[in-house]
Amino acid sequence: MREAGGGVSLMVNGASVTVAPGTTVAAAVMMAGTMTRTSVSGEPRAPLCGMGICFECRVTIDGATHQRSCQIVCAPGMDVQTGAAEARQA
Amino acid sequence: MKQHFDVLVVGAGPAGVVAAVTAAQCGQRAALVDDNPAAGGQIWRSGAPLPKAARAWLARLESSRVVRLQGWRVFDAPGRTVLLAERNGASAAGLGDGTEIAELHAAKVILATGARERFLPFPGWTLPHVTGVGGLDALTRGGLPMAGKRVVVAGTGPLLLAVAGHLAGNGARIVAVCEQAPLERLVRLGMHVLREPGKLWQGMQYRRAMRTRLLTRCWVTAAHGEDRVRSVTLRQGKKHWEVGCDALACGFHLVPNTELAELLGCRVEEGLVATDEQMRTSVEDVYCAGEPTGIGGVELSRLEGQIAALAACGRGEEARGMAARRRGKLGFVRALAAACQLDPELKKLTTDETIVCRCEDVRFRALRGRLNWREAKLQTRCGMGPCQGRVCGAATEFLFGWGADSVRPPVFPAAVASLAAAGQANNFTATMTTSEETEENV
Repeated sequence: MREAGGGVSLMVNGASVTVAPGTTVAAAVMMAGTMTRTSVSGEPRAPLCGMGICFECRVTIDGATHQRSCQIVCAPGMDVQTGAAEARQA
Repeated sequence: MKQHFDVLVVGAGPAGVVAAVTAAQCGQRAALVDDNPAAGGQIWRSGAPLPKAARAWLARLESSRVVRLQGWRVFDAPGRTVLLAERNGASAAGLGDGTEIAELHAAKVILATGARERFLPFPGWTLPHVTGVGGLDALTRGGLPMAGKRVVVAGTGPLLLAVAGHLAGNGARIVAVCEQAPLERLVRLGMHVLREPGKLWQGMQYRRAMRTRLLTRCWVTAAHGEDRVRSVTLRQGKKHWEVGCDALACGFHLVPNTELAELLGCRVEEGLVATDEQMRTSVEDVYCAGEPTGIGGVELSRLEGQIAALAACGRGEEARGMAARRRGKLGFVRALAAACQLDPELKKLTTDETIVCRCEDVRFRALRGRLNWREAKLQTRCGMGPCQGRVCGAATEFLFGWGADSVRPPVFPAAVASLAAAGQANNFTATMTTSEETEENV
């Protein structure tokens, strides 16, 4: 991972993550070591298709729910909440 | 936002980029709408060194007058040549009220919607870090570090070696490449490839980058782990063995994305959008190019993009002149399909407890004995989640022989506010119900 100077810093479930410019939110979430969502029967899920088809990678970005994280590039200060966090809080 | 164009191209992979640039070169007002954050589609995705032809075409696109809607998802088609698109992450970027939609009108529409991977269910396939083959490649290009990661690449098709090579180039340790097809079929495909020096060169690059053994007639029977995949069981003939890994990339060749074509009423035959030699579909003013007409690789896609654009720009003579070149490449489509034919043994991987529909967590036992896709959907919610059966549809087609249902809008989930705005513009309130269901399912 690059130093903060050349990278993009965002929050994933409240923890700061710094990634290289151009990194997708899906990659950032995986690098943060968390899953993207909890399935209807309670399984942890993470990105599958990487190309916007499967919807396994959907997360909440800056309050907007159901965003496909593989199709969105990290921006400075983004606040990403995954379904993993929701499951913990529940 | 309402916009009018002469030529509207959907999908910015090789076929779409070439089509849009060609249309602009013909002096038409052209637009290119694409779901991904950057142009190139999957095969020309940024984040990795691209071949010369890819760089050249993407540079032409940059310097062209093509109107770009990059990161926009087409979710409905209220008219034959009228498409509705929603901006991805509009609210994430702090724009407007959480939605942003475009109503795109065009004299001619060219569909270059590409293909997706076919996934087959097996125990453990829903574990985190089990991805598609192209899926892991896309995530890696999207910044996921691979250095030192132990990866098993499995499934079928030319993507396996291509992606294994790319991952190895990024520092991954390729534990095994498992191709379900027998060696003789790969050799036959190889003979075909020999006739196209460009493809042979690609193949050699892959092999060089990878330095690992290719196992044929071999597949993953199960992935193991609690919170993520830790190991997989491989099978080759009667031999079973377990290998540790940090990731499993598993995909069984490609399935054309025909949903939008179907929504527009284009004739689809055996899963492929039917066209004439000028890439005209059965619907007037709608053309189709690239993988939806047959999985045949980058060069064929580029050629079809060019033919479609010339035909759409009223230069049918030139388009027809290129038909022979296209016909010469169709042999590869058939050879590829034959090589990637799935071993019926793969149907036995699914156990009663295996999840088939990942959106709704529908297990195999709930689907056994259903008559068809429609009954399965109504009784079990299989295929009713946000992916709309894009993942489990291809799996159940293989497992049960079920054909797809008719396509209804929205063709992709969209925010209720977008559908409401679209409904106001076009007076189709019926889609509202569908969208609310989709939202609640998440």
